[in-house]
Amino acid sequence: MKLLNEYGIAFALLGAVLAALVPGIASAKAVSMGGVAGAGVITEDPAQFGKVLILQLLPGTQGIYGLLIAFITLSQIGVLGGSSDISFVKGLLYFAACLPIVIVGYSSAIKQAKAAVASINVVAKRPDQFGKAMIFPAMVETYAILALLISILAVNGVSGLNI
Amino acid sequence: MALQKMKRIYIYGLKKDKDRILELLQHRGVVEIRSMLKEDGIFRRTDVTHAKESSEKNIAIVTQALEILNSYVKENKSLLSALKGRKEIPEDIYTSFGEKHESVIEIAKRIITLSKKIAEEKADLIRLQTQTEILKPWVSLDIPLDFKGTKYTAGFIGTLPGTWTLDEIYEKLAQFMPVDVEIISATKEQTCIFVLCIKDQKDKVFETLRAMDFILPSLSTEKSPAEQLNDLEKQIEDIKASINASSEELKSYDKNRDDLYFLLDYETIRTERYDAIGKLLHSKNSFIITGFIPEKDTRQIEEELTSKFDLAVEITEPKKKDDVPVLYRNNGFSEPLEGIVNSFSPPARGEIDPTMVMSLFYYVLFGLMLSDAGYGFLMAVGCAFVLYKFRNTLERPMKNTLKMYLYCGISTVFWGIMFGSYFGDIFDVVGTTFFGVENMPIIPPLWFFPVEKPMLMLTFCMAVGILHLLTGVAMKGYLAVKHKDYKSLIYDVAFWIVLLISCVLLLLSMKMIKDILGINVTLPNAVVRIAEILAIISAVGIVLTNGRESKNPFKRFLKGLYALYGISGYLSDVLSYSRLLALGLATGVIGSVINKMAAMAAGGVFGPIIFTVIVIVGHAINIGINVLGAYVHTNRLQYVEFFGKFYEGGGTLFKPFGMHTKYYKIKE
Repeated sequence: MKLLNEYGIAFALLGAVLAALVPGIASAKAVSMGGVAGAGVITEDPAQFGKVLILQLLPGTQGIYGLLIAFITLSQIGVLGGSSDISFVKGLLYFAACLPIVIVGYSSAIKQAKAAVASINVVAKRPDQFGKAMIFPAMVETYAILALLISILAVNGVSGLNI
Repeated sequence: MALQKMKRIYIYGLKKDKDRILELLQHRGVVEIRSMLKEDGIFRRTDVTHAKESSEKNIAIVTQALEILNSYVKENKSLLSALKGRKEIPEDIYTSFGEKHESVIEIAKRIITLSKKIAEEKADLIRLQTQTEILKPWVSLDIPLDFKGTKYTAGFIGTLPGTWTLDEIYEKLAQFMPVDVEIISATKEQTCIFVLCIKDQKDKVFETLRAMDFILPSLSTEKSPAEQLNDLEKQIEDIKASINASSEELKSYDKNRDDLYFLLDYETIRTERYDAIGKLLHSKNSFIITGFIPEKDTRQIEEELTSKFDLAVEITEPKKKDDVPVLYRNNGFSEPLEGIVNSFSPPARGEIDPTMVMSLFYYVLFGLMLSDAGYGFLMAVGCAFVLYKFRNTLERPMKNTLKMYLYCGISTVFWGIMFGSYFGDIFDVVGTTFFGVENMPIIPPLWFFPVEKPMLMLTFCMAVGILHLLTGVAMKGYLAVKHKDYKSLIYDVAFWIVLLISCVLLLLSMKMIKDILGINVTLPNAVVRIAEILAIISAVGIVLTNGRESKNPFKRFLKGLYALYGISGYLSDVLSYSRLLALGLATGVIGSVINKMAAMAAGGVFGPIIFTVIVIVGHAINIGINVLGAYVHTNRLQYVEFFGKFYEGGGTLFKPFGMHTKYYKIKE
C-alpha cells in the first residue's frame, strides 16, 4: 500500500492534465468549425463580423472550463508548490473528479459547434435574428456548465477528505 | 414596464398641400403610415413602383460608384467614426440638393464608366505585353515575320524547340542545298531561325523542318519585328498614360464623396416618401393619410397641421384586430435593455413590456457572472468616458449599448467587492512578489471567497434563480389581472407560486439538503406542517385545473397531471442558475492563473516589466472572453428561464415615417 501511495499524485495529475487536454482539443476543433462557417459569411457580408465572431467563440468555453479544473486540481494537489503528499485513493478520487468536464466538455464542445455553425447560417441570412440564433448554442453549453460545476465541487470536496 | 399608447390617426387634406404635409410629417417622424381604408370609386391608391425604382436604381449606381472610389482612394475613416454618429447638416442643403442631384448622378456614372474603361485598358495592356514578349526574340530580324519568299526563293521564319547550332541545322538540310540558315536568337527553350531555299525545294524543306518540330511564330507582322516592337511599345505607353489619366480623374472625384453619400441619404428619404405615398388614398382633389401615432405626440401634430394647412385630423382608438406597433416607454435605467428585448421579440398585442422587470435582474446576473471589481471598473469607466466624450454625437442605439455595459460594469464592481476579486488576486500577488507582504488577503471580500465556499455560492445563485423565476410567474399573474382572467391568476399563477415556495421550504427542512448546501436553518415544525399541507393543496389544485381547456374529464385529469410534472422543469430551471457560480469562478480563477504565471516570471531586473506585460495581455484576453460569456448567458437566463414563464413576443416595432438616413442628420 505504501508503494501504491506514491502513485497517488500521478493519478491526480493525470486527471488535471486530461481536463486541460481533452476539452481543449474539442474547443479548438469546435472554434475552427465556427471559423470556417464564419469566414464564408464574411466574404458575403463583412458587416456581420461582430455577430459571427461571438457565435464562433461560444463553443470555445469548454477549453477554458477544462483549464479551470486543471488549475484548481494542480493547486490542490500541490504541484504548483506546497506538499504533494497524496494517497493512492485520493489520487484516484481527483482523477474521477476531473472526469465530468473531461468527457462532457469534449462532447458538448463539438455538439455546440454544430449548433453554432447552424446559427452562423441564420445570421448570414437574417442578421436581425442574432438574439435568437445565439441562444441555440448557449443551450448546449448548459451541460458543460453542469459538468464544470460537479467537477469544481468534487475537486474541492476531495481535498477536504481525510483519506 | 410600459409601452407608449398608440392611436389611429386619419388626416384628410387637399391635394395641393400633399407634398408639404408629407414633408412636415417626415420631418416630425412620429406617424407610422399604414393603409387602413379600402379603395372605392372615388378614392384610389397610386402606383409608386416606377418612381421608387428610379430612386433605387440611383442608390445602386451611387453605392457601386462609392465602392469603386473607395478602392482607389481609401476613405479616412477612423475607429471613432461610429461614435461620432451622423453629421448634422442644415435643411437648406437638403432642399437645394435637388438642383445638384443630376450632376452627382453623372459623377457616379462617370466613376463607373471610368472603372470599366480602366479594366478594359488593363486587359489590352496585357495583350500587348504578351505580343512584346513573343516579338522580343525576333528583334534582330530585319524583314517582317510573315515573309514567305521572293520570286525564286522560299523563306521560312519560325522556331525550333531546344538549342540548335547552325551546323546541326545545316546538317539536316544538306540535301536541299543551296540553303541559307540564320539563327536569329537562341535560348534553352527555343531557337529562332530564318531559312531561305530555292522555291522548287519549298515543300521538302518545310517537311524536313516540320520533322524537326519547326513552328511558325504565333504572330504575323507586316513590319519588321524591331519596328513592330517600337509600335507596340508606343501603344503600351499610350494605354498606360490613358489608365493613369483615368485613375487620376477617378481619384479626383474624392472631393465629391460627401455629395455621393448625401445622395444616398437623399434617395433613401425619397423612397421613404414614395412608400408613404403608395399607402395614401387619393381622389381628384384630396387625399387621406391613415396610420398610427403615439398618444403623446397627437396634440402637437394636430395643432401644427391644422394651423398650417386646410385639413381635418381625426384621432381614434386602435381597433381590436389592429396590429398596433410597439414603441417602448422606459426610464433611463431600463431603456438600454430594450435592444435585448427586441432581439428576442417585441411584445405582441396584449402583452406587457418586460424591459423594466428584466432590467432589475439583468445587471445583477451580469455582475454575478463577471464578478471582478477590476474588470467591472474598466468596463464602467470606459463606457462612461465614451458616453461623456461623444455625448452630443452618439446615435441612440450605440448610446444604449454603452449605457447597458456601464450599468453592467457598476454591478460587476459591486459583486467583485463582495467576493473579493480584483483582477483575480492581483493585490495579493503584487504584494507577495514585490513587497513581501505576508498576511493575506490584502483586501478581504466584503462577503466571502466563492472559491473557498463554493456550496454557499451555489445556494446563493439558486436563491437568486428562484427569485427570478417567481418574478416571472408573478408577471404572468400581473398579465392575468390586466386581462381580467382571474381563473388563470389562481390556477396558473397562485397555485404554482404556493407550490414552489412550499416545496422550497420542505426541501430546506430536509437534513440531506441542509448537509449538501452546508446551511444551518431550523424551520419551526408548524411552518413545515403548513408547507406540507399547502404543497398538497396546490398540487391537487394544479392537477384539477391545469387541463381545464379539455371537456373530457379523464383527459382533463391527465393533462393536469402532466402540468404538475412541469415542476421538474422548475428544478432544471433553478439548476440552470448554477452557471452564475461556474462563470463567476471561471473569471476569478483564470485571473489568478494569469497573475500566478506573471509572478513566476517576475524575478530579475526585467521581472517587473515582464510581469506587467503578462498581466496586461492576460487580463485583456480574460476580460474579453468573460464579458462575452456573461453577456450570452445573462441573455439565456432572461430569454429561456425568465421569458419562458410569461412572455412570448411577436409584435412589430413602431416604424415612423421619417428620415432614416445613414450618413447625415438633417437639422431643421
